[in-house]
Order: sequence, then C-alpha cells, then structure tokens
Amino acid sequence: MTAPTLASVPRDVLRRHLGSEGVCLRIPPFTARIRSPIPIVGEGLATLYAEYELLPSDGTFADFHVAVVYGRRFPKALCVFEMDGLRPFTPLAVGEAFAFLEWGLNWCVTGYCHTLISIHAAVLERHGRVLIMPAPPGSGKSTLCAALLLNGWRLLSDEMALLDPRTGLILPAPRPVSLKNQSIEIIRQLAPHAIFGPLARDTMKGTVAHMRVPSDSLARAAEPALPGWLIFPRYLPESPARLVARAKSEGFMQLAENSFNQNVHGRPGFEALSDLVARSDCYDFTYSRLAEAIEVFDRLPLPP
Amino acid sequence: MNLPAIDLLVDALLAPTRLTQLDAAQWDLLIRQGRNADLLARIASVCTAHALLEQIPARPRRHLEAAAKLALRQRREVYWEVEQIADALAPTGLPVVLLKGAAYAVAELPAAEGRMVSDVDILVPRQHLVAVESALMMKGWVSEAKSAYDQRYYRTWMHELPPMRHFRRGTVIDVHHAILPLSARWHPSSEKLLAAALPVAVNELDELDKLDGRIMVLAPEDMLLHSATHLFQEGELAHGLRDLVDIDSLLRHFGTADAFWQVLVPRAVELELSRPLFYALRYANLMLGTPLPESVVQAAVNAPGGRQPGAFLAFMDSLFLRALRPAHATTSDRLTALARWQLYVRSHWLRMPPSLLIPHLARKALTISR
Repeated sequence: MTAPTLASVPRDVLRRHLGSEGVCLRIPPFTARIRSPIPIVGEGLATLYAEYELLPSDGTFADFHVAVVYGRRFPKALCVFEMDGLRPFTPLAVGEAFAFLEWGLNWCVTGYCHTLISIHAAVLERHGRVLIMPAPPGSGKSTLCAALLLNGWRLLSDEMALLDPRTGLILPAPRPVSLKNQSIEIIRQLAPHAIFGPLARDTMKGTVAHMRVPSDSLARAAEPALPGWLIFPRYLPESPARLVARAKSEGFMQLAENSFNQNVHGRPGFEALSDLVARSDCYDFTYSRLAEAIEVFDRLPLPP
Repeated sequence: MNLPAIDLLVDALLAPTRLTQLDAAQWDLLIRQGRNADLLARIASVCTAHALLEQIPARPRRHLEAAAKLALRQRREVYWEVEQIADALAPTGLPVVLLKGAAYAVAELPAAEGRMVSDVDILVPRQHLVAVESALMMKGWVSEAKSAYDQRYYRTWMHELPPMRHFRRGTVIDVHHAILPLSARWHPSSEKLLAAALPVAVNELDELDKLDGRIMVLAPEDMLLHSATHLFQEGELAHGLRDLVDIDSLLRHFGTADAFWQVLVPRAVELELSRPLFYALRYANLMLGTPLPESVVQAAVNAPGGRQPGAFLAFMDSLFLRALRPAHATTSDRLTALARWQLYVRSHWLRMPPSLLIPHLARKALTISR
C-alpha cells in the first residue's frame, strides 16, 4: 500500500483541517505541520503539494509547526507567518499568503537545521552528480533551474543546497520552484503542461508564482548525491551562452558567502565546503537564451 | 492552580533516562517547548553527559544536535569576544569582571553547558564608567541608544550604559556599574561585589600571559545572587525557565561545598538581596526540584523580605509559576498573559518610584505610538 498523499483529501476537508489542527506533510527531508485559515494557502497546497505524503494528524513528529494567519484586516488585509507562535517577519498582503508560507519554510530550514550546511543555491542532479548554482537574486538562477528540470535534470532544490558535512553528500529538498515576473511566462511557454500555484502580485520581488515539482524528483527525494559542478550563473541581455572555467579558490569564497550557516560549523564546516569545491568543476556562466543554456548544460563533461 | 504539565521538559533537563521511552507525539511536544525556552542545546548536553544522545530517534535528535552546534559556536565566540574586551580595556588597568552567561562560560561552570550566550555583560566601578566607555569606543564599540532621552535615562537612573555594539563584529556588550538600577528600592553594593570577585584561569583563551588574572567572575554566592536578582527583580522573564535552570545549576554545583550554604543568606542580607534569593530558592525547588538544606530555607524565610503572608505568597506563586514557564501555547493557561503583565508592572514598580515611573512610561507610550 502506498502512503496517502495530499491529493487524497477533498478540498473542503483540507480547508477544514488547515483552519483547525493543521495538516502534517512530509516535505523531504522534513515534516511540517501547516495551519492556515486563508483560502489561498489551501489552494496553493492542493495544487503544488498534491503528491506529497500526508501524515496522521495525531502521533506524528513535526520538525516545524508553521502557520500563516490573518493579521489586521483594515485598511488592507494582512497575513502573518508563525513558526510555533513566533512571528519572525513583518506582515504581508493576504494575496501573498502562500508565497509567505514558502518563504517561511525556507527560513525554518536555514534558521534551525544546523546539522546541515545550507547554501543559497539552485540544486539539480544528473548522472549521479549534483549541480550547485549559488547566485544572488536577479541572476536568473531559478529560471535556469526550472528550464533544466524540464529537460532531464532532477530537482534537489531551487532555493538551497543542504550539505551533510559528515558524508559530503547533498540532500534533496524538493519544493515548488519559485519564479518571478517574466520568468513565469517564459517557463509556461517552455512547458505548457507545468502546473503553477497561486500568483502573488506586487510582492517585494514583483509577481511571484510557484511551479510544481516533477513527480520523479519528488519520488527520488530520499536519494542524496555527490557534488559535481559549481556554476555561478548570470543572466546578461543579448549575451550568447558562455561557460568559463573559474579558479576553485574564488569558487570557494563565493560558495562560503552564499552559505547561511557555515559559521555555525566552524572548522569542520570550512573543511566540508573545501571538499565540496575540490570534487566539483567550477564555472562562470552567462546567458540570455534558455535554449542555448540547456544545450550547454547537456554537454557538461562529467567531473572526475 | 491547574497548569498544563511541563514534566517532559523538566525531566529532559534533570532525569533524561526517560527520554528513551518517549513516543513521536511526546518528542514533538518536547522539541517545541525546548526550542521556545531556548533549552534544546541544554537538553542535548545533558543527553551527551548521560550517553543517551545516540538512543534518541533521528528526527528529534537532529534538532538537539543543531542547537548544540549553535551553542558551541556561541561559546567559542564568547571566548574570543572576552579576549577582545580584555584587550580594549587594558589601558584602563581594570580587570574584566564578567557577569551571567559569559561568566559561566569562562569559569567553565556546568551552567554554561548547552547555554546560549549572545551578549557579554561586565561589571565596572561607577567612577571608571567614562574611562571604560571611551576605551571600548576606541576599539570599535558604539552606543546603541540613539535618542538623547534614552541616553539620559540610562545614565541617570539605570545600572548600565546603553548596550554597545561592535561596528564590525556586530557583537554587543552591556557595561554595568551595579546589578540593580540606581532608582530601585534596594542598592546592592557594587564595591562589595567587585572586592570579592575572583580571577579565573581561562584554559580556552590563548594569550593567557597577556590577560594574567585580569579576567574575573563574581564569587559563587554573588554569582547566584546576581542571577536571582536579574530574574526576580528585573522582570526579564523572556527566558524565565532558562534563567531558573541557571540558578538550579549554580546551586547544585556550588552547593557541594558547605561553605557556600553558610555564606549565602548572610551575604544576601548584606547586599539587600534576600527577597530575590528567597524567590530563587523557592521556585528553583518547586519547579526543578533543586535540593536545598533545610537550614538555608529557614534562614531565607527569616531574612528581611523572606517572611510573607500566606495569601500574598500564594498570589506570587500564581504569577511566577506561570511566567517562569516557556512562553508557549502548550505551557500556558488563560491567566498566563495576565501574570506576565503583572510581573512586568511589578518590575517597573521595583525599578523606580512612581514620580519617575509615570513620566517615563508616558514618554515611552508617546514615542512608540508616533
């Protein structure tokens, strides 16, 4: 018997649970109990987390108890993210409630999960090796990530690389891919069948929508993999796709800068990151057209 | 009073063998309460000491390990920070007398095991406050209080300078010249505290020669009295249970020496701190089962501020037994918020007379609403 998924729950039942004791979802490698009386949150979960395993409400250990609840209603309705009663962020418009849940879950991982080293990066896998793309917002990292996972790469995460310092492996944490502004339309055209969640307009990042994780990436969420490529992407208008080898020392520095909690790990953390860089090929990548970019990544030589 | 149980959390801190028997739902509750109380790393250290960590299920265990990693990191940073402070204060010729978390860490007390420390607190003689402040500013610490009112408020009435933050490292130091505000009812003598302070041999600090005897902590009884004063006079109840765990740990550790128990109450009387000591002993014993010699309990009751009418004590119990619990939905009842508020008001009442308090609160209310 396969485990029940969120899809097995009728929408009205889901909404009722979300509004009361919450639903326990296995969001690999974590378990979250999610509560929210806000309809858009239920809608986003039903659309994007349909294939995630649903755990019993009683007797389940949850790593995080999170909620997005209503804040003040006037003059503009706001919502607040809660991590077990703690409110780490200022309220946002109710229309952003689902995106707020996604951002809040990211914060839970980077803020509490210090057995792992978390790095701000898009992470994919092919032929058993992991591609890590650390990059600041606006570099086109998520767009590139979405395009690659639609073209044969397995998604580990579009937001963070979780490095287990004891094994040197990257743990998959597949969650919906966050896309912004024009990227949403670009990816929709590239993959007309891709499933998108609610659109959050006028956020600090512009318009945001999340794309459902491919079933295969989710099914293989328990398979960690070895780092293989460290690539720093940059979207440059009108530029041809260009992959340029980069000094490993520089790659290391930039990787460390993008780490959320490397400092917590002290020396073993430093060593785990240098091991990661040592076994990865390092490149800078500039591009403007996704089709060209996909071709370059298809031809990436397998690292030793 | 029928408060929700916190026996899981208390047992995890004191009798952790029970932890191997917990089911998933109990782990869920324990991790939530422990995280809220900032005690996960403490639980992890207790488990490690009892060689139990490996027997804990992987999912909850990784939260304990994560917290332990963070606490260890903070402890390293505190050692480094103390070295920087000692370096900055070298021109003043004053010792660095550490208080609270930094003191427990540097003195390597059991209370420091798995305890989070972010700020460093030091005690200096009031007449040297200006010299200390300038010396810290020379090395990059900048006052956090921006408004002229706040600056004046701290400097006229409080027992510490406004917090100072290092412009590069972002670390915070609180410079105290007393352990209670100048405007408070009681005036424990800082001279007496400083005179009894003890140098620590700091194994973790590299340049011992340079620091030679300049890092100091309060004498055991004074350290306990300060911890009690901080928790029971100042209304700093955000981490009430964590602070009570400090008190419990200090009492169990120092209490192995009879001399400690003999001087504790007389010293509290001498420093005008017998009331907070009475509360610290009472609630550490009630909530954490801290073992106390009967003679010390009696002496604390007979000290000034110790004997209280039964109805009054029952009322204080109803406040403290609520507010000292983690501020979590599963550990609170419908009176918890009120209890916290009443203790907050009490701390201000003890902090300054009404002639000062009312204008101060009015000013704060206006600034916040602006």
